[in-house]
Amino acid sequence: MDMIATRERNEMEICFDAVSVNESFARVAVASFASHLNPTMEEISDIKTAVSEAVTNAIIHGYENYEGYGKYGNSRPAGSVVHPGKVRLHCLMEDGIIHIEVADQGKGIGDIARAMEPLFTTKPELGRSGMGFSFMETFMDDLLVESTPGQGTTVRMSKKLSAGAWIGGEE
Amino acid sequence: MEDFQIIDNCLMVRMPKEVDHHLASYISENADHYIMEDEVEHVVFDFEDTRFMDSSGIGIIMGRYRKIACFGGRVYAIHVDRQIRRILDLSGLNKIVEVIS
Repeated sequence: MDMIATRERNEMEICFDAVSVNESFARVAVASFASHLNPTMEEISDIKTAVSEAVTNAIIHGYENYEGYGKYGNSRPAGSVVHPGKVRLHCLMEDGIIHIEVADQGKGIGDIARAMEPLFTTKPELGRSGMGFSFMETFMDDLLVESTPGQGTTVRMSKKLSAGAWIGGEE
Repeated sequence: MEDFQIIDNCLMVRMPKEVDHHLASYISENADHYIMEDEVEHVVFDFEDTRFMDSSGIGIIMGRYRKIACFGGRVYAIHVDRQIRRILDLSGLNKIVEVIS
């Protein structure tokens, strides 16, 4: 029964506030959604990293909610400003491939090619490494970025999971 | 156990279960406080408890490296699992940081 179910199409969409506490929520949600395909530990870890990068970008760069939970651990620093905004996360599983879309309606990216260069960051003062897009490219099979300044950014990525083919072969 | 401990001239930083942007400034700001106040020479990041790290972790390590490297300090990453080692290798940090599994 399980073998047939995994070949079927499955889709989910969640929408959440652009705050740093949701970064772990987003990657765990996608990992758990993908777990029905019985992926390897490495594939799960790749997907979690890519989702984390895309969602963090939306929160920090799209909506400029830089702060995370400052030095006091699990409470937000007093006086920190949170810009309102939502991140939409859409996942589609089809033929053993997971398609992930992370969209924000934040400030957008002017020069996408530049933003995708390894080590390029507009926020060096925040201790950002500029490796986000490089990691998404490395850990996923496909990466596509669309952005309109002032309107937002959509990151689309997909990855073929080896387990999909393996289960198919057993039938 | 404390997240930050000074042993001789080393700052030991116990990294959280998940290293991402959410906790990045907590780690960076506290580590910088000890680096400045206690004039530590080397920084050791202990990944014993860590099961996830994204590029925010690279930023944390790179930033601390910049602060101590000019005084001859070294940065170490210990108890590193496969996922974290891959992130360190991909970013090229393995060239400036001593990585120990």
